[in-house]
Amino acid sequence: MSTRAPRLTRPVADDDHIRGPVDAPLTLLEYGDFECPHCGAAHPIIEEVRARLGPQLRFVYRHFPLSNVHPHAEAAAEAAEAAGAQGRFWEMHDRLFEHQDALEDDDLVTHARLLGLDLEQFVEELGTGVHAPRVRRDFVSGVRSGVNGTPSFYINGVRHDGGYDMASLLGALEAVLRAA
Amino acid sequence: MGALQPGTKAPDFSLHTTPDQSVALHEFCGRRLILCFYPADWSPVCGDQVTLYNELLSEFRQHNADLLGISVDGVWCHLAYAKDRKLHFPLLSDFEPKGAVARAYGVYHTPLGTSERALFVLDETGTIRWSYVSPIGVNPGADGILEALEGLDGAPKS
Repeated sequence: MSTRAPRLTRPVADDDHIRGPVDAPLTLLEYGDFECPHCGAAHPIIEEVRARLGPQLRFVYRHFPLSNVHPHAEAAAEAAEAAGAQGRFWEMHDRLFEHQDALEDDDLVTHARLLGLDLEQFVEELGTGVHAPRVRRDFVSGVRSGVNGTPSFYINGVRHDGGYDMASLLGALEAVLRAA
Repeated sequence: MGALQPGTKAPDFSLHTTPDQSVALHEFCGRRLILCFYPADWSPVCGDQVTLYNELLSEFRQHNADLLGISVDGVWCHLAYAKDRKLHFPLLSDFEPKGAVARAYGVYHTPLGTSERALFVLDETGTIRWSYVSPIGVNPGADGILEALEGLDGAPKS
């Protein structure tokens, strides 16, 4: 029985949500859920890691909503995609993690308004579930890559099984950078 | 004895899922079945594991597979746990005699008095086609189950 850490089965592609230089030597990928408190706690740590590593790191976010335990997670994920359709994925991503107590449908519309999105389009896309297949695609790719809870992180395609406090995450990234 | 291996006929059983309802293995003849033995309701890793599988029932069904969770917890415990986690698959109570089904599948862990964290994928004839025992504190995820089901999709019909 292998104890090797699972690897990402769906490589990072152009249609992923990517923050940072595409040719950065380090890729940190998160499978996350906007209603998950642990993902919320990880958000400012990731921001700090991004600030410290600068152009050496690109960050990728994929959806992993656990809808039965987090009843708002699916709609929040689709809201981020709807914002993404208007070129504003990361602004919505940040707002959602910074306002995890405001994920009702009305709140999602408020977030969209505050981001200056086309509300008619946003509401219609949420109502028709046009982004649900994308969210599911992310979820299934996570399952196939060995995601077993949220948040799950992958560093250059290998699951990071250590902690995601600042020291652990930064240390793991820097170790991969040194080995590269 | 270790976990029953692929090629073995899965031992039949009938276990309570609620105080007045039982589920028997032979009722699933003609469908594929995933048996998920886990140590205990409410323990943190189990929570993640059953929560994950609960989100994947539609994927499992696409492969003509149903899912049963099995632990030594009593039916009232299962009911409370399933309600809390909004589970949409049955939890079976391997309670009396305690762990008898886990023992029959070779996955009873005597020191803890619970089953191991073990997975079995059965084909339409009730034959074990894949089994996996995870370290007891490690959530095995679902990638192995899906790979096993895909393997069955590609296998010639017996």
